[in-house]
Order: sequence, then structure tokens, then C-alpha cells
Amino acid sequence: MKIAVCIKRVPDMDVRFKIAPSGKAVDEAGLKFEISDFDGYAVEAALQIKEKLNAGEVVVISLGPDVVQETLRKAMSMGADRAVQLKADTVPADSYAIATALAAELKDGAYDLIMFGRMSIDTAHGATGAMTAELLGLPVVNAISKLEFDGRTAKMRRELEGAYELVECALPAVVTIDEGIARPRYPSLKGIMAAKKKPLETRSAQLAEQRLALDAMALPPERSAGRIIGEGSAVVPELVRLLKEEAKVL
Amino acid sequence: MSNNVLAFAESRGGDLRRAALEAVTAARAVADVRGGAVHAILFGAPGIGAHAARLGAHGADSVIVVEHAAFAQNNPEAVAATVAARMGSGYGAFICAASATGKDIAPRVAAKLKVPVASDAVAMTASASSITVTHPGYTGKILQTLTLTASPAVVSVRPGAFLPKENAKAGAVEAYAPAGDPSASRVRITETAAGNTAKLDLGEAPVIISGGRGLKEAGNFKLVEELAAAFGNAAVGATRAVTDDGWRPHSDQIGQTGRLVSPDLYIACGISGAIQHLAGMRTSKTIVAINKDKEAPIFKIADYGIIGDVLEILPVLTAEVKKAKAH
Ligand SMILES: Cc1cc2nc3c(=O)[nH]c(=O)nc-3n(C[C@H](O)[C@H](O)[C@H](O)COP(=O)(O)OP(=O)(O)OC[C@H]3O[C@@H](n4cnc5c(N)ncnc54)[C@H](O)[C@@H]3O)c2cc1C
Ligand SMILES: Nc1ncnc2c1ncn2[C@@H]1O[C@H](COP(=O)(O)O)[C@@H](O)[C@H]1O
Repeated sequence: MKIAVCIKRVPDMDVRFKIAPSGKAVDEAGLKFEISDFDGYAVEAALQIKEKLNAGEVVVISLGPDVVQETLRKAMSMGADRAVQLKADTVPADSYAIATALAAELKDGAYDLIMFGRMSIDTAHGATGAMTAELLGLPVVNAISKLEFDGRTAKMRRELEGAYELVECALPAVVTIDEGIARPRYPSLKGIMAAKKKPLETRSAQLAEQRLALDAMALPPERSAGRIIGEGSAVVPELVRLLKEEAKVL
Repeated sequence: MSNNVLAFAESRGGDLRRAALEAVTAARAVADVRGGAVHAILFGAPGIGAHAARLGAHGADSVIVVEHAAFAQNNPEAVAATVAARMGSGYGAFICAASATGKDIAPRVAAKLKVPVASDAVAMTASASSITVTHPGYTGKILQTLTLTASPAVVSVRPGAFLPKENAKAGAVEAYAPAGDPSASRVRITETAAGNTAKLDLGEAPVIISGGRGLKEAGNFKLVEELAAAFGNAAVGATRAVTDDGWRPHSDQIGQTGRLVSPDLYIACGISGAIQHLAGMRTSKTIVAINKDKEAPIFKIADYGIIGDVLEILPVLTAEVKKAKAH
């Protein structure tokens, strides 16, 4: 099975962000970058499929400036076979523009399965996978937490709101990956060495015109520190009074 | 460019969801700025059209009813195709809720119309030719202001951000045929477990009671469920520690890799307040934390905290809430 996984490079979220002087970007000084959460799950899921079938190829694709090569190498050190960078000076805010460039790259790749994250953890549009599928004319199943195959049929589970759904779809298909499918492995030393020799191609990204502009970024207002009402069940009536009279939520 | 706005009237199991009224309310605001009309598009099995009046009461000038047996189930492929076909007859915008269903529809519709989508808006302002939204990103740590200049504009709005407002309009019903054959979708559903349909969903519940590893074992979640039942308008959420251990389904998980919620009241029971959990609930209006460790980070963002054993406190809280509700 030939599998493509689209991966995005994002900052580690476990920090206090600062906004860059432009007001339109985060200040990248001191930030660590990694594969976006759901994309990491997708890479792992793809590798497990390849290992199970003991055949096929996993290709990772990332759109962005040259720093994304580091992210692609990381995926190859986990086990992906080769990588493609779609070169762009910056990653646009417009996910339709990104989808057009990804679709142009994927179109003639003869992939059986194309995987995306359910959403990117930084810009969080949750749109690129389904948009790319539409542009390719392929069926798409969003936010899957399980994936198995019965010949050329993919069988999947989706977690909905307070429910789940089992669905099937013939390949080729696009899926977007939710958590729960697989936890990404840590690259082994052998994997890291091997990744250095794996092929990484660079092409310029064929982005559509951008019609979603990022005007500004701001930090949300801090929550004012609350108060500890007290200890133990004796203070419960006081909590209920506050919920009723002060917060007015009861 | 047309000034009319198409709103997605989400339904499940033959009932309208609150998401439908929120989409209509958000669409009304855009249409009013532009001097246009709001059309709500409603999909379902035959009979779904009976809900048209409620959509009219919340601001829909007309309700486009698409009935087909294959819409009794989730059918994003056929729904998106039909919405895109209808959009072709001239609309300035399409608005849906950023619920699981809405997030499944909006990007497909946008791609079919060759325009971008602004997802998960928590605020929105419209002018004659553009829509600007506030969209939380970076796990809720950064608010992004995005302007859509494409026409039509496609926007999904975060559940809870645009509360349904009554605003009586005609709600004139128009029957509309699906684009293509809805039974011929390439993705087939083989099983749906609807859970308990009477239960409120995390996306719509004004109150969320969430449990963490501090509950000690899966069985103790009944204390959380009892408190939710005492409120009557509450849903139950969980941390990843809990969903990883299989105490609750993944769909109950709140946080960076789970659901993003902003209820009026969020009660965190035996939850440490890891950064990834806060990412999903920090925009809740009022936050209560119950934790035996006074140093737990959850207390830094909680409006009200109680230090103590959650297993002992929950039954007392349930009893007190019942009392308060009885008054
Ligand atoms: C990439 C990534 C994504 C993640 N995504 C998510 C996510 O989406 N959602 C999420 O929730 N987590 C997520 N996590 C996990 C997160 O880091 C935490 O591990 C998790 O939230 C902890 O859950 P918890 O608070 O239930 O458990 P713990 O951190 O173990 O906390 C349990 C708390 O219960 C208290 N306690 C214990 N006994 C009692 C008692 N009897 N009475 C009262 N209090 C008691 C303890 O003092 C403690 O504070 C993610 C992690 C990573 C790395
Ligand atoms: N710059 C990019 N390069 C490669 N894949 C991307 C890029 N941006 C988004 N994606 C993919 O699209 C998914 C959804 O992203 P988004 O629509 O931004 O939430 C991500 O999880 C990735 O799989």
C-alpha cells in the first residue's frame, strides 16, 4: 500500500507565547518545534499499516520554508521511506491555498491512502484534509480513531459527540486522524542514522491565491486568579451559594 | 454578490440540535449588516421539515428542507454536495456550527466552492464585502484575527459562542432536492452507537462536570453522572488520563487533543490541570475545581476551589445542587 502523510511543523505548546513585533506571528525565539500532534499519530498509524502488510511505502509531505526539512527527517527517522518539501516562504493562513498545493503534489502520486491530522495544533483550522480530498475528487473520512483493511476496503471508527460510528470506504481514500489511533514511537538511533540517507525532494509549492488573511494575533485575557473557598465537604453549601448568587450559574 | 446567508440547521436523530439555532443566530447577524435574508438548510429523513417553525422563530426568513431516507444518518458527502449546489444559486455566506458535523461539512463545501473556510469562530463581524472572525489557536493560547475576502464566505462558529436568540421571521418552507443520490455516498456507515440520546452533548451543555484520575476508578464516575443529573443541563467530560485507561470513551475527552468546550460552568473533579487539559476548557465562563492537592495547577485558573477528597465532596455537592434546584 502506498501511503502519503501530510505533516505540519508546529511549535511545542507547553510555553508562554509572545507575539512578534509584526503582531501577526509568534515570536519564535527559544521555541522548540515538532510534528503537529495529530500528524504524529498519522505517521505512526501509517508505519503500523506498512509493518503489518510487510509491503508498501510511506511518503511524508510538508509545505513550508526549509526548516520543515527537520520535521520531515524526524518522520523518516520514525520509519517513513521518503519525503517531499513543498517549498514556500511562509505557511499561509489560508487552508484552501495549502490544500491546492498539497493536491497538486498528491494528484499523480498513485497513493492508496492519504493521511492528515484532524487539525493542526497551531492554526487549528481542521480543514486542510477534507479540502484536499475534495480537490482530488476522493472520498474522505474525518477524525478516525481506528483503521483496518479488508482487501481494498478501509474500515474505520469515528468518535462523534457522545456517539461513535463505524464506516467503510473503498481505496483510494483520504482520512484525517484523531487521537486514539496510535501513539507515535520515538525514533531509534538506527532510525535517525538511516533517515539522513533517505531521499528528501524539494519542489516549489503551487499555492492558490490567498483570500484568508491573518490580520493579528493576540494573547487572550488572563483569567483572574480565583479563590479557594476552603477544605472538605463542609464548604460545599458556600460553593453552591456562590454559584447561585455570584456566578449566577445555578 | 448576494447579501443572503445560508445557515446549516444541524439535526440528529430527527431532532434539531442547538447548533442549528446557533448557526441561524450567527447568520442573522451577518444578513442584518448586509440587508440580506437568512435561509436555513435542514437535512433529515422525511418529516424533518416539522422543525422549520423553530428555525423561523430564531431568525430564518426561509427554511430549505431536504428530506431523504439516507439523511436519517450522518451523510457528510451528500449533505456537502447539496449545500454547495444550493450555494450556487447565490449566497454571500454559508455558516454552520463547528460541531463534529459542522466541521465535517464546512471544508467540503468551501472546497467545492473554491473558497477558504474560517473555522471555529468565537466572534465575528461582517461588512458588505468581508467577514472577520476571532479564531482561537495554539491550544487556545493565541487569538487569531482572520479576514475572509473570498465570496462566498464560509464560516463555522464555535458551539456556545453565539447563543440562540429568538427573533421571529417568516420561516417559509421550501422543499429542495438533494444533489445526486444520497444513498450512493462512497463512505458507508455500518454501525452507529448513538450513546444515550437523551443525554446532553459536551458541545451544547451549559454545564460540564469533568472527571480525572483523582476519581480513582471507572465506577466512581457514577458520582460525576449523579451530579450532572442533579444539574439537569449538564454533560460529563474527562481527562486523557481517564480516556487512555478506558474509563470513558475518547469522545468525552476535553483538551488539546480532545474537545474544545466553553460552557457557563465547568466543574473539574480530581483533575490536576495539565496544560493540555486547560487548552480545552480555559474559556469556560465559571470554573470550579475540587482537588485534594492545594498545589494542583487547576486552582490557578479556577474561580472557586475546594481542597478535599472528591469522592467525599461529590455526593454532598449533588445533594446541595438538588436542594438549590428545588427552590
Ligand atoms: C500531546 C499530548 C496531548 C494531550 N492531550 C490531552 C487532552 O486533550 N486532554 C487531557 O485531559 N490531557 C491531555 N494530555 C495529558 C495531560 O498532560 C495530563 O496527563 C492529563 O490531563 C492528566 O489527567 P488527570 O488530571 O486526570 O490526571 P493526573 O494528572 O494524574 O491528576 C489527578 C489529580 O487528581 C487529584 N486527586 C487524586 N486523588 C484525589 C481525591 N481523592 N480527591 C481529589 N483529588 C484527587 C490529584 O491531586 C491530581 O491533581 C495530553 C498530553 C500530551 C503529551
Ligand atoms: N503546511 C502543511 N504541510 C503539510 N501538511 C499540512 C500543512 N498544514 C496542514 N497540513 C495537514 O492538514 C491537517 C489539518 O490542518 P488544518 O486544516 O490547518 O487544521 C494537518 O494535521 C496536516 O496533516
